[in-house]
Amino acid sequence: MILTTPLAALGRSTLAVFATIGQVTIFALQAILHIFRPPFYGREFAIALLNIGWLSLPVVGLTAIFTGGALALQIYDGGSRFSAEAVVPQIVAIGMVRELGPVLVGLMVAARVTSSIAAEIATMKVTEQIDALTTLSTHPMKYLTAPRVLAALIVVPILVGIGDIIGIYGGFVVGTQQLGFNPATYVTNTVDFLQRSDIVSSLIKGAAFGGIAATMGCYYGMNSGRGAQGVGQATKASVQAAAVLILAANFMLTSLFFSS
Amino acid sequence: MITFENVHKSFGPKKVLQGVTLDIPRGESMVIIGGSGTGKSVALKSVLGLITPDSGQILVDGQDATRGDHDAFLARFGMLFQGGALFDSLPVWQNVAFRLLRGSLKRPRSEAREIAIEKLRRVGLTPDVADLFPSELSGGMQKRVGLARAIAADPEIIFFDEPTTGLDPIMSGVINDLIREIVVEMGATAMTITHDMSSVRAIADKVAMLHDGVIQWTGPVADMDTSGDPYLTQFISGSAEGPIEAVR
Repeated sequence: MILTTPLAALGRSTLAVFATIGQVTIFALQAILHIFRPPFYGREFAIALLNIGWLSLPVVGLTAIFTGGALALQIYDGGSRFSAEAVVPQIVAIGMVRELGPVLVGLMVAARVTSSIAAEIATMKVTEQIDALTTLSTHPMKYLTAPRVLAALIVVPILVGIGDIIGIYGGFVVGTQQLGFNPATYVTNTVDFLQRSDIVSSLIKGAAFGGIAATMGCYYGMNSGRGAQGVGQATKASVQAAAVLILAANFMLTSLFFSS
Repeated sequence: MITFENVHKSFGPKKVLQGVTLDIPRGESMVIIGGSGTGKSVALKSVLGLITPDSGQILVDGQDATRGDHDAFLARFGMLFQGGALFDSLPVWQNVAFRLLRGSLKRPRSEAREIAIEKLRRVGLTPDVADLFPSELSGGMQKRVGLARAIAADPEIIFFDEPTTGLDPIMSGVINDLIREIVVEMGATAMTITHDMSSVRAIADKVAMLHDGVIQWTGPVADMDTSGDPYLTQFISGSAEGPIEAVR
């Protein structure tokens, strides 16, 4: 008994993890199917675009500009150890576009949007608004999930593109104002060094991370427990899951694009 | 019109419905009473397909409620939820006209708004409430808006889930009277679940008492006080002494 109890607990946890993975996968596939099947809710989609995209711009911009600036300082200082200070524009560009831009925007969207979606939908569930939708002949997956997931798939790559540009600009400001780089040379080095594949990979990562962030918010919201505690748990779990999945997806996508 | 045939439903080890059999004829107002946690809401939500029974059948006009076009099936219903369940993100008129703004019953926006305002008037609310959001309304007003939404598409069947919960006695009386008037006026079939005896007396044509997962007693509201059923008598009197355990 003493030996089997921990094994049983381990078995239960393992089964629960696999069950959740299965449920999330089915939920995500259903969400994607509902994106393509009518009816479509244009107003909900427009609101989701506004909430996920436009209203995330300030936090994305601030995160990117400070990260780009700090990256320039780090590369300059690190590079000076082996006389490679001149690579600041190139490394800031590649670092922002390939990794930091998509990952930081993804995590910021997870913090801001996933939590908000999960809390909103969980509150709707607790107050029977989701049951009310069903009784009013409106499928909750179509009305709540599909517009949010579609909006995130479209708008997060745009946010990532903007974050990349602002991050590079942050590096440019620090490089030219503090580290003595010539502005024209800095821009030339950045533009010449970046390849189309860097930008494409950045935007694909953005779409993947956006999809993950919105899906996790909707999944945990729809499966929330009862009461204020249920809403709190759903919100916390959604952000944790989205953040971990974004980082794991980033590793897999980086391996796929750049492991040659 | 609505028939429960030996309906069972469990949640894990907890057996909630253990063979509910009940018939609600067309145009009749049936009130299901019973203590908290006896499965009244489960029975109601089972008709709408929000909960799937483990066994047994629920028939509406002789047809299995779980088969066929579910949207068309639901279009026949209106429901007033316990807490109102109004959509926070929409103004009052769009809550009321929700079904009229989308789906098979879609109307032009201006027409849907007119109908919403007319329904708001019917439940005693003035048109200036139409553009407010649900959070700006009192509990009683939210219930009225919920009632207006339930009747917006002129349904054949209306469900009321604890319509007076959280309201003061006067507002409860107003809501009860409104429900009765509207049900009679529309000729709708109504199913109400409540444990408020003033609601029962105001709304019901017939009463069914749910206890231990089965219908313990059913009959006309006029026979309720003289039924001789010990469960019903204890429930009506609100006594702690009797066959129903006070601590559940």
